[in-house]
Amino acid sequence: MPGEIHAVLGENGAGKSTLMKIIYGAVRPDGGALAWNGAPVAIHNPRQARALGIAMVFQHFALFETLTVAENVWLGLENKMTRAQVAREVERVSRLYGLELESARLVSSLSVGERQRVEILRALLTNPQLLILDEPTAVLTPQMAERLFVTLRQLAAEGCSIVYISHKLDEVRALCTRCTVLRAGRAVGSVDPRLETNRSLSELMLGEAPPAPPVRTARLGDTALEVRGLSLPSSDELGVALADIGLVLRSGEILGVAGVSGNGQAELLAALSGEDRRAPAGSIRIYGRDVASAAPRARRALGLHFIPEERIGRGSVPGLALSANTLLTRREPVRRGGWLHRGRARRLAASLIARFGVSARGPDAVAGSLSGGNLQKFIVGREIGAAPKVLVVGQPTWGLDVGAAALIRREIAALCDAGGAALIVSEDLEELFELCSDLVVIARGRLSPRIAVRDASPALIGQWMSGLFGETGAPAPVPVATGVEAHA
Amino acid sequence: MLRLVPRSPPSRALTLAAPFVALGLTVLFGAILFLALGHPPGQALALFFVEPLRGADAWSELAVKATPLALVALGLAICFRANVWNIGAEGQFIVGALGATAVAMRAHEGINGTHAAVILPAIALAGIAAGAAWAAVVAFLRDRWNANEILVSLMLVYVADMLLGYLTYGPWKDPDGYNFPQTISFLPVTQVPLVAEGHRAHAGLFVALFVALGAWLFLFRTYGGFQLAVGGQAPRAARYAGFSARRSLWTALLCSGGLAGLAGALEVTGPLGQLTPHLPVGYGFTGIIVAFVGRLHPFGILLSSILMSMLYIGGELAQSRLGLPQALSGVFQGLLLFTLLACDALASYRVLRVTPQPQPEKTGEKTAVAV
Repeated sequence: MPGEIHAVLGENGAGKSTLMKIIYGAVRPDGGALAWNGAPVAIHNPRQARALGIAMVFQHFALFETLTVAENVWLGLENKMTRAQVAREVERVSRLYGLELESARLVSSLSVGERQRVEILRALLTNPQLLILDEPTAVLTPQMAERLFVTLRQLAAEGCSIVYISHKLDEVRALCTRCTVLRAGRAVGSVDPRLETNRSLSELMLGEAPPAPPVRTARLGDTALEVRGLSLPSSDELGVALADIGLVLRSGEILGVAGVSGNGQAELLAALSGEDRRAPAGSIRIYGRDVASAAPRARRALGLHFIPEERIGRGSVPGLALSANTLLTRREPVRRGGWLHRGRARRLAASLIARFGVSARGPDAVAGSLSGGNLQKFIVGREIGAAPKVLVVGQPTWGLDVGAAALIRREIAALCDAGGAALIVSEDLEELFELCSDLVVIARGRLSPRIAVRDASPALIGQWMSGLFGETGAPAPVPVATGVEAHA
Repeated sequence: MLRLVPRSPPSRALTLAAPFVALGLTVLFGAILFLALGHPPGQALALFFVEPLRGADAWSELAVKATPLALVALGLAICFRANVWNIGAEGQFIVGALGATAVAMRAHEGINGTHAAVILPAIALAGIAAGAAWAAVVAFLRDRWNANEILVSLMLVYVADMLLGYLTYGPWKDPDGYNFPQTISFLPVTQVPLVAEGHRAHAGLFVALFVALGAWLFLFRTYGGFQLAVGGQAPRAARYAGFSARRSLWTALLCSGGLAGLAGALEVTGPLGQLTPHLPVGYGFTGIIVAFVGRLHPFGILLSSILMSMLYIGGELAQSRLGLPQALSGVFQGLLLFTLLACDALASYRVLRVTPQPQPEKTGEKTAVAV
């Protein structure tokens, strides 16, 4: 319906993305019919879809890293605007919809959250009649998500129809007027989400009662990970410098690091994982051992495992089989002398697939053939399966549905109940509140004071996310780039 | 207008069939070419695809050329899999031959009567070391100053060629050689043993087979080979895993330079028996085609090196029997590479007839066509 915000809900692999790709012409259907504005159409390719007025924001971004924001948007448009015009349009529309972006920045320097804004902008600049959004709020702060909803409602009021793929039930209920639920490739229901509860929607989606949040039985032990005086100039001119980061993570503890993406999370994670080894001596310790300049493998040997937010190309090699992908961080399939034990790698992959409910053809399936959620389950399983003493995770459940996210959170909680420790860097506040005992906020490369989750509120954390905290209690100067969201 | 749309997943049958379709197309284009040159295509094509397989002598000649091609291509496959673009195997081949010559000539001077079991390994090692050293220049410049390895390795080919010219026209010239630019003929003791008396095929053939097996084991059965492949396919995953990009770079270039150098050493002490400025006949460059036609797979490379060697011999036969230019073998090699690349592209993409449009493809699929 014109002006309708229609939700499509479903588990991992329920067929949401496939359905949308068919509508967008990126995938051909085996059968069935599509009707557009009452008339049957066959959409052969995305160009035709765009000509009809259908725009799509994919979950996996389609951006050229080496080009600027404006150039990326320009490439996605088919009209005759010059790049300068597009740059102006980008600035204008991004201000209009509160999607702060500098049009001249390179996409390679943008965080996931910022990249998504580029995608949304690109779609908006085509003036679509139908806008399809695949998990758009997965990386936004509550304030930013709320702001996006304002944008979407504004668009809907202007007559644009919106298909909203999500599994965040609160959002669907707050935003959408109609909701189609998919399960295993079939539409199992069409409801008005405003009349439903989270529980009823979840049951419809999963076919069973929703999973309960993990119950923590925290017994805090020794200091597992200690970061002290970690200052690091940015390695790329558009990155964020870390300033005097300090935190203590004890065994049995789950500490959350909240923040809007692009505030130093990537830099902090790289310094902790050993991908960036420039940290000053003594600034990072695992059970007292200085690892500031140790290689990732040395850190893993000491029990620190890291799960990056990028699943494809960093957490896994898409062109290699799952069994080969175990070798990125696991040494069990390596024999003495450097020979591979392929049987052991396959068995390890098979056991991870079974234990973490990864839906894949088997250990020989190529990593790139898995859906985002299943690949993440595999990667999380690979790291947790190594029984790490310290687990550092970036965006553990980004883009995952309720079932997969719950499984991953449960596993992290179980790991820490068994004496492990986890540092979760996430932009999903709900998740941090559910999983963590304490929170810190990262903003502009600085870390806020620590606060227990029971004392924190989303509003306070949202305020901290914009840099409004200070060791002395005096508010830090409001940064221009992120100040708006805190007050939205 | 036609547009390529990624097949997901790429057709497995087509991927396997691509080299054969490419070969078929090459034959077809070759036939057209011969018709245009005024020769019956059947007879001319037979020179390329039948004659080189006829009789023991033919097979021996085939092996003589396939051996250096396979050795060079095996090294390049390791390099290309690590995403290190060594285009200068020709130079490493030449310098390997120089290293081997230095040892082989010394055998003549002093250690006359030395047993072949000592001198032959010394020659091979000298070739490997010299070729690897030449490639190490590339690795060092890339490692230290991030110099582009394609340009550096290519330019070093010309430096190597100059060096070869200088030595054969200068210090290494045979004093009794009527002023020809060539070294002394090496002593028989330095001669690589022949496979069979009366044929030119030499034991280098077995070396190449052995190296192919070794390369296969390294690439697909060792942690080191795995790290190399990850570094080539997903550098960020390699950094995440903690695999050293520098180590990959050095391993790839040293392997590839060493094997090219070994090929040069076997060439100069095998079929040639002395060093002349005419040593390089393009094995280093043709090795690039051999590596890709062989799918960067050691066993595929063994087959493609035989095929490419047929094209070399066919070109020579076409010249001597039909008076056609020798450049024909180059044309055939080029045809084969181009048709193969086209077939590869069509195996992972399908063609759609559409009107032009800018279309940013999904990330991850957009790089699939790059070679």
